[in-house]
Amino acid sequence: MRVSDRIFGAVVVVGSLGYVAAASQIAAPFFSDPMGSRAFPMLVGTVAAICGAMMILRPDGEPDWPPGRAFGALLLATALLVGYAYALRPLGFLIPTAIVAGVLSWQIAPNPKAAALTGVGLSAGLFLVFRYVLGLSLLGFPRGWF
Amino acid sequence: MAEIVANLGLGFSIALSPYTLMLAILGCFIGTIVGALPGLGPSNGVAIMIPITFTLGLDAVAALVLLTAIYYGAMYGGRISSILLNIPGDEPAMMTCLDGHPMARNGRPGDALVISGVASFVGATLSTIGLMILAPALSRVAYQFGPAEYFALYLLAFCTLGGMASNNQAKAALASCLGIMIAMVGLDPNSGMARLTGGNLHLYDGVDFLVAIVGLFAVSEVFFFIEKHGKQGALNIVVGRVTIPWAEIWSTRWTMARSSVLGFLAGVLPGAGASLGSFLTYMTEKSIAGDKGGFGTGVAKGIAAPEVGNNAAAGGALVPMLTLGVPGSGTTAVLLAVLVTLNITPGPTLFTERPDVVWGLIASLLIANFVLLAMNVPMVKVFVRILRLPPAVLMPGVTMVSFVGIYALTGSYFDLLLVVAFGVLGYVLRKLDVPTVPVILGILLGGKMEKQLRDAMVLSDGDWTYLVSSPIAVGLLLAAFLGFVAPLFLRRFIRKPPVPDHAKPID
Repeated sequence: MRVSDRIFGAVVVVGSLGYVAAASQIAAPFFSDPMGSRAFPMLVGTVAAICGAMMILRPDGEPDWPPGRAFGALLLATALLVGYAYALRPLGFLIPTAIVAGVLSWQIAPNPKAAALTGVGLSAGLFLVFRYVLGLSLLGFPRGWF
Repeated sequence: MAEIVANLGLGFSIALSPYTLMLAILGCFIGTIVGALPGLGPSNGVAIMIPITFTLGLDAVAALVLLTAIYYGAMYGGRISSILLNIPGDEPAMMTCLDGHPMARNGRPGDALVISGVASFVGATLSTIGLMILAPALSRVAYQFGPAEYFALYLLAFCTLGGMASNNQAKAALASCLGIMIAMVGLDPNSGMARLTGGNLHLYDGVDFLVAIVGLFAVSEVFFFIEKHGKQGALNIVVGRVTIPWAEIWSTRWTMARSSVLGFLAGVLPGAGASLGSFLTYMTEKSIAGDKGGFGTGVAKGIAAPEVGNNAAAGGALVPMLTLGVPGSGTTAVLLAVLVTLNITPGPTLFTERPDVVWGLIASLLIANFVLLAMNVPMVKVFVRILRLPPAVLMPGVTMVSFVGIYALTGSYFDLLLVVAFGVLGYVLRKLDVPTVPVILGILLGGKMEKQLRDAMVLSDGDWTYLVSSPIAVGLLLAAFLGFVAPLFLRRFIRKPPVPDHAKPID
């Protein structure tokens, strides 16, 4: 079964053709050079689509995908990092960082106590380094707490 | 010759200031640690440090000195885990496992570390001298380049880097296209109008390549660690008193000389990089020594050759990066991103317009080599201890440092989301054996490639034959074609040795 490359190739073909279509709609400027803004993106998109087609036609062997549970762990990590991106400004540095670092640590080595310690330690240690050694203007806690 | 000495004088006057010197030492120290840790190679190391460096507000020379010292340091450090754990700290250090680990198991870990440390020093120093001589000469040739030649040159970089980096040409080409496609997003440099942004205001400035680098290199690495639950070899080799085996080092002198030249040349070729350097030198020395050489059982020459090779290639890879603006490897692509962010345009004019940058950098590299020799021979046990740091502490730390670095640099939650997206993309690409370095190269060079092509069309008024109107351009295009096609045939003869999956970092 060599489905991974085929699926990815199909995604690439569809995505690239969409990209070419989008590029063909770029509005032409009033004054333009001989080539214009459309040609190069369309060209590259077409090459990408051809590469995707090649992957469908001649797929490599199957990579060793992680088992279901590890896959769930990866999804959790991704969701966590997305949440971190949204939380960093309103909640300050210390709390989101402690949570994310702790959970990531627990995901790598499932030892709750050590993970919690790692989270808190990294959060506090990095905050001190960033704030006072490197002089970045980071907010430690949510605005208005202190 | 006199010119080089004068320029070097200028360089040392910059590099020997206490502040620059301190940065070089700091960079060497961080670099060696990063290199020694399994899974973190020179490109991840430099990638993580870039945003931090910029938020510190260092000037161009200082930032460049710090980051290249990290680069060189990581090249030295990679051997430590190769020798002690049999896991390469980075891909170029792969070949060092073959003789380094057997020697360590034979009860001579200290000797293995010292021989490889000295070999790294010889390779790196000789190649820095090579850089000093070759780079100015090459920059004079590059003065003749017009848009057609530059377009062909960029194509060459994509073809060779992609061709070498992957086992499947379609995947390598796809990676390059993906990067270029991302680079097109944002304002069109010629018309000043937004394109391909999907109406998202955050994308009007385009995708910052630092965001892409941190996502593809650092965050995807964290995902790999989570998947494997951070399983890695236990350190069960005790390093005793470290002494210097003078006679054995002296016996490898010709190996080191040959490997320096070979490694340097492998580094200068666009796209080949340090991994090829160590591979070629090991194979060459093995065939010279023959069956009696005992390669693979832990001999000094087998340790010296790849270490000289990969460090010489690291210096060689700086030549095309500085003179042409075309990086030869993943790490030099990252360093190119540094230069561009510092508003320094690499290329032939760099040598005449910013001699302080070029020669300050070269002088710092020479100094860094001596610092690294001191760190990696007498003080090597300090770094051995770092290998005991568990990944469950290290990897969350790496993640947080990368995120905060990007956040401090751009102050935008949207860029953090992009980092996560690139991390996921990097994970999928690496799983499917699609190389990630061409993606970075595409994001870095895509815009310039389009600009050169459009400038060429303006000059020729839309005549496509202009692209093949000069012998240099034709030569470069031919080389690009060969570079892309040749690996298809060579792959049958040159088999890369198998690498354990958990130790497959990016060059």
